[in-house]
Amino acid sequence: MIVTRTYRGAHALAGALLYVQHTAGVAIGEEVVIRAPGQAPRRGQVIDAGADVTVIQVLEDTLGLSPARVEIELTGATAQAVVGKELLGRALSGVGAPLDDLPPPVGAAVRPVWGAPMNPSRRVPPGDFIETGISAIDGLNTLVRGQKLPVFSGAGLPALELAAQIVEHARVAGGEPFAVVFAAIGITARETRLFVDRFRGSRALERTVLFLNETRDPTIEQLLVPRHALAEAEHLAFDCGMHVLVVMADVAHYCETLRQVAAARDEVPGRRGYPGYMYTDLASLFERAGVLAGRGGSVTQLPILTMPDDDITHPIPDLTGYITEGQIVLSRALHGQGVFPPIDVLPSLSRLMNAGIGAGKTAPEHRRWADQLYALYARGRDARLMASIVGEGGLSEPDRRARDFAVEFERALVAQGHTRRTIAETIAVGWKLLEALPRTDLERLDDETWARRPGAAP
Amino acid sequence: MSATVTRVTGTLAEARPLRDGALYDLVRVGERGLLGEIIRFTGDTATLQIYEDTTGLAVGAPVAVTGAPLTAALGPGLIGAILDGVGRPLARLADASGDFIAPGATAPTLDPARRWRFTPRVAVGDAVAPGDVLGEIIETPSVTHRVLVPAGVRGAIAAIADGELTVDDPVGRLVDGTPLPLAHRWPIRTPRPVARRLPADRPLVTGQRVFDFLFPIALGGTVAVPGGFGTGKTIVEHALAKYADADVVVFVGCGERGNEMAEVLEQFPRLIDPRTGRPIMERTVLVVNTSNMPVVAREASVYLGVTIAEYYRDMGLTVAVMVDSLSRWAEALRDIGARLQEMPGEEGYPTYMASRLGALYERAGRARAVGAPERTGAITLVCAVSPPGGDFSEPVTQASLRVAGGLWALDAQLARARQFPAVDWATSYSLYAEALLPWLAANAAPAWPSLRTRVVALLQRDAELREIASLLGAEEMQDGDRLVLAIASTTREHLLGQNAFDPNDATSSLAKTARMAALIVAAWDAAAAALEAGAELDALPLPAFRRAFADVRRAGPAELEARAVLADQAIAAITAVTAIGAGGAS
Ligand SMILES: Nc1ncnc2c1ncn2[C@@H]1O[C@H](COP(=O)(O)OP(=O)(O)OP(=O)(O)O)[C@@H](O)[C@H]1O
Ligand SMILES: [Mg+2]
Repeated sequence: MIVTRTYRGAHALAGALLYVQHTAGVAIGEEVVIRAPGQAPRRGQVIDAGADVTVIQVLEDTLGLSPARVEIELTGATAQAVVGKELLGRALSGVGAPLDDLPPPVGAAVRPVWGAPMNPSRRVPPGDFIETGISAIDGLNTLVRGQKLPVFSGAGLPALELAAQIVEHARVAGGEPFAVVFAAIGITARETRLFVDRFRGSRALERTVLFLNETRDPTIEQLLVPRHALAEAEHLAFDCGMHVLVVMADVAHYCETLRQVAAARDEVPGRRGYPGYMYTDLASLFERAGVLAGRGGSVTQLPILTMPDDDITHPIPDLTGYITEGQIVLSRALHGQGVFPPIDVLPSLSRLMNAGIGAGKTAPEHRRWADQLYALYARGRDARLMASIVGEGGLSEPDRRARDFAVEFERALVAQGHTRRTIAETIAVGWKLLEALPRTDLERLDDETWARRPGAAP
Repeated sequence: MSATVTRVTGTLAEARPLRDGALYDLVRVGERGLLGEIIRFTGDTATLQIYEDTTGLAVGAPVAVTGAPLTAALGPGLIGAILDGVGRPLARLADASGDFIAPGATAPTLDPARRWRFTPRVAVGDAVAPGDVLGEIIETPSVTHRVLVPAGVRGAIAAIADGELTVDDPVGRLVDGTPLPLAHRWPIRTPRPVARRLPADRPLVTGQRVFDFLFPIALGGTVAVPGGFGTGKTIVEHALAKYADADVVVFVGCGERGNEMAEVLEQFPRLIDPRTGRPIMERTVLVVNTSNMPVVAREASVYLGVTIAEYYRDMGLTVAVMVDSLSRWAEALRDIGARLQEMPGEEGYPTYMASRLGALYERAGRARAVGAPERTGAITLVCAVSPPGGDFSEPVTQASLRVAGGLWALDAQLARARQFPAVDWATSYSLYAEALLPWLAANAAPAWPSLRTRVVALLQRDAELREIASLLGAEEMQDGDRLVLAIASTTREHLLGQNAFDPNDATSSLAKTARMAALIVAAWDAAAAALEAGAELDALPLPAFRRAFADVRRAGPAELEARAVLADQAIAAITAVTAIGAGGAS
């Protein structure tokens, strides 16, 4: 690409789209600076490059912009993010400008904001356990390095608190270098504080980069903030060898913005008005998680999304579920009972769990232990429902025991509050719950596993 | 005047003046030489779709027409390869351009440096015609590659090689001077011809009991596997790629996850194919265009995969093609259509989506290959479908059902209950089932057809009874009905369920499947007879049978018969209760 060119006056302005005629050598994705007299410069991006007409998406509010009087500077470059270890401990805007009264970071390198796909043949399958300190995750929906595991939340449920607790407590084996990148996508300042204050003062903030786009910031920046965050995460992981956990909240806001932008471009809407390419667009974020051969570090993603109307079939959680490697689902019912974290383990799943558990990683009997707890809890929940339809009398003895087990499971294992549990502690809690039942109820446990449980009578 | 780019929007570009190319000719665009294809002419303007990321492509960039459509390079070295949607070898691409895929990077599909030992099967003077076998190459210890006379070439052999060749060397020459190439190119959107299509007569053995026993797929058949996210489509596709009894497997990862491909690349070289004793990677071709790789190349990836499959079919091999997921292909089509501002059809898909999908399924089948000696090959096609919200009424699922010979419907409810494979046996079907029964009776077990009828009846009765139980509670039901519930529960969990992560359970031979089905039916009959004779259900040692049966399920080939005998004994114990019960009554 070539040098900066400047044009005076736009041909048309509609919403966030600026139409400019007769530009020379304009490139798709090229960064644009739009100046208007007496106003702060705005950034934009070429989304349709033409010899006759070029369309620029303005990445900031266009209120008060007059097309005849704008000056349009084509920068000759596509969006790059300044990245570096130096960003750790900093708070930046959705596009990397300082929010903490410190000078703009110089950085160690620049990376393309939009990223490039990892070559699948260079990926290493994720398989290293991350101890989050949360029993319902570590025990039953284990997170591994390089995984993308979203939290499916509902309006008003404490997903950010859960994420904050994970960030504060997460450990990877061997104490290897660990960093957190947080991308706030259109969340309120209060929510940001909720997240950040959890570990302000602790050392966690020193190993964290915050990219904040809050409700009051330009909406369109929401499309860029996760990408700036991921560019930094990729740098820390693959150039500096760190294990990076990326928390993004709220992906639902991101999707709303995507829909708005599509509507402004007069695109044919897909399901419920979301653009047909939303799957591909979300994949361009989530697929940036992973481990690369010989690079040391890893990018693990914990995106948070609020399910509109708690509906898991809504396009936002649906398309996310089609891309991510499982999901952690929060339950309004558990939250209502004061359970924290209110994780419903039945619809939750970590698809990469098997690779991250077992002897040498967590515990040799982990898989069977988890299967047994899950099976009993599922049976107990069915029994609870059944009892509400057919009455107590319709339940068999084992069903009744399973129902009581489900209550205990929620109380003792899920509702751990704000404490941190090691995986050994989590597994011990589970065994305790199982030992309260007759051996015959434990169909998923073979005698060998049963005999090998810690504290078993020899 | 040479053509330059006049407009770029997303994956599309326009170039002017461009008259010399033909529709679907490949182009190289810009300084980086991005790969593209001409898809429309309007006056002297051509519309190009670009197979790579266009970010940074500028108006005024040069456009060069290559004069040929998108083709697959076909020759030895495809087995074990991992190719992107347009056939670039990803491993060698990484050597050239690093861990992240850079636009414009190129590498030939087939390694030009690799030497292959060619053994001729024809002699100088022989008359040859298209499709005739010229010679063989041991491509991998599992796959013997047959080098065929290309389409449109016939005459007498003037020279034929015998020794080490690269893919760019000819294997020989005809009397009229025509060279006989070792490798050639074929346009991916054009089906390769066959001599004659043949009917399905035997199954592709999948190693998954729920399929082999209830919904078998014919060799050369097609199946659609729809299911919401996390219902187990990829696990099914992987299981078939690992354990199905095909000579060659082509796995097309179409718009799905990079980590899943990494898992395949890690596992397949270590997993041994029991039929050959060799790693299954030695029979596998991977075509991978993950969800974050360019959408246009994603659309092409399924055609590349099927073309490679046809190439091996023509050698007389049985090929299984796994597509995960066909919905992502259809979405790519929708994306491209929308950018061309075509009139959208249902849910925004182009109106031709269903016919293109049908044409793709048509490329499967069993067939006599063109040429001599006589060879029969087959392409079996199994396509995952990802319906939005898990709702099967959507266009891609519906279009698939119109053409597929089988439906393996995966159900979110079953997946949530961890019943895997989460096949909904009420909605699933196989149009091949009847036709395959004679083969299964002859090759698996004579009782196979009757066992299948019994188990199907059991599951149907179970479904009715569970409906009632959910209203009344099982405790209120009669012993006969509770017996059905109990046996069906064991059937669902242990006969139809298979844990992909347990090495002994992940695959099941036809013999194991037949033995297990026979045990279930025998236990059912024994218990029913006991009730008939006046025994009480709760007095029958059904839990012991269930445990013994679960052990059979988890048995490897070496332990199978011993454990089945223990299950036989558990059934005998049920019958013994009858004897006691009857004795007590007299
Ligand atoms: N046969 C099986 N045995 C054990 N677990 C299974 C089996 N099939 C599926 N699962 C479980 O279900 C999870 C999801 O399966 P899979 O990845 O195949 O879903 P999918 O239908 O391909 O989803 P998506 O559409 O999102 O790609 C697996 O990670 C595994 O935990
Ligand atoms: Mg899948």
